[in-house]
Amino acid sequence: MSIVRGSSEPETFEHEDAIVCPGGPLLLRGHHLVEDPDGNRHETSRPVSAVCRCDRSQSMPWCDGTHKVLPPKLRPA
Amino acid sequence: MQVPQPRGPLTEELFSAFRLGSDDFYPVLAVAPTAAGEDAALALWTLHQLHYTGFDGVADELEWDPQLIRVRGLLERDLEARLRRRVDVPPGRSFTEDFFDWLDEQDGPSLARFVHRDATVEQVHDLLRVRSVYHLKEADPTAWVVPRVGTAAKAALMELQYDEYGDGDPNRLHHHLWARGITACGIEPSVDAHIDLAPLEILEQNNALSMFGLQRRLRGAAIGHLAAFEATSSLPSRRMAQGLERLEMPQELVDYYAEHVEADAVHEQLAVRTIAAALLAEDPALEGDLWFGAAACLELENRTALAMFERWDVTSGSGVPDSLAAPAVELAPEHKDVA
Repeated sequence: MSIVRGSSEPETFEHEDAIVCPGGPLLLRGHHLVEDPDGNRHETSRPVSAVCRCDRSQSMPWCDGTHKVLPPKLRPA
Repeated sequence: MQVPQPRGPLTEELFSAFRLGSDDFYPVLAVAPTAAGEDAALALWTLHQLHYTGFDGVADELEWDPQLIRVRGLLERDLEARLRRRVDVPPGRSFTEDFFDWLDEQDGPSLARFVHRDATVEQVHDLLRVRSVYHLKEADPTAWVVPRVGTAAKAALMELQYDEYGDGDPNRLHHHLWARGITACGIEPSVDAHIDLAPLEILEQNNALSMFGLQRRLRGAAIGHLAAFEATSSLPSRRMAQGLERLEMPQELVDYYAEHVEADAVHEQLAVRTIAAALLAEDPALEGDLWFGAAACLELENRTALAMFERWDVTSGSGVPDSLAAPAVELAPEHKDVA
């Protein structure tokens, strides 16, 4: 790659609102209201929140890392 | 902050020069190459501390004293060489693709599991004191990395660090949560109250973190360490919280660990999928150091766990307590525990 000084445009980056982590949670950027399986609503409180996708978190609706102790076939795709 | 107690010829010489207000550190430089063990580790910890808060009665200018920087460089060179000898960097594996699988394959003694089921209040207090050396400046060593990486990695790292620093609310800042938690246990929230109790392994853990942060060359190792640190925090933090509840310890400390269950479930994903990925996109040559930092993080924590078990005299023949030597039985058989 050759860079000619002064001629390159600053790059534009992909910046997703949501990221699906293979085998793990869904990352959500920004402020959201998330409903847990019992119908209770939870407000996000971080720049990025991790929503459980394995259904085994003890902190629903948030990820608590439990997917990591599941055998791979029980982890979310 | 007070200067610690010396632990050998190098720290004797260094702390004596501090006490006398000397600006000639040639005698310190002369003994540095032969320093070893706790003496070398405490000297390096102290020299790093000049870059954080400094010490009462020690001139702020000494942070950049050329002779002391030279001593720091010698001690860091030894530490880095030791760490590179001690850890294996997995060849040919992609950090962003394979990190969590690699972590699954690692096994080590767990202080959190011991606290969960077996530790006494006195042992937990001892652990809180030595963990304070890091937790009272939690996330600070990684902050050194921010200006040393490119646009995408910088934004990604700040997204994580902002959460470490309480999302703008000082009451939620993680090292402040720690200070509140240990204060509720009757433990003084200041590093100088505990540094003299810290074993070699704790000093090395802290020194590695500061070295990775302070040396731009080692920014890959800093981010690799961050990934492994965050990815081994969520489940152990749950165990710590449950162990503290078992011992009926103060809610403020339980809250600290409860916060880390959820925060670090986010941070481990960010460290690998956004921060490390962006760092590799700007410089693919850093992949080896990402692995080095991650492996060093686990190796240093394993050493700390074994040192604490030995200090509490709770080891069996295998170097870990009997209750940890057997496979975990409280989990369903299909669950393999990485905590």
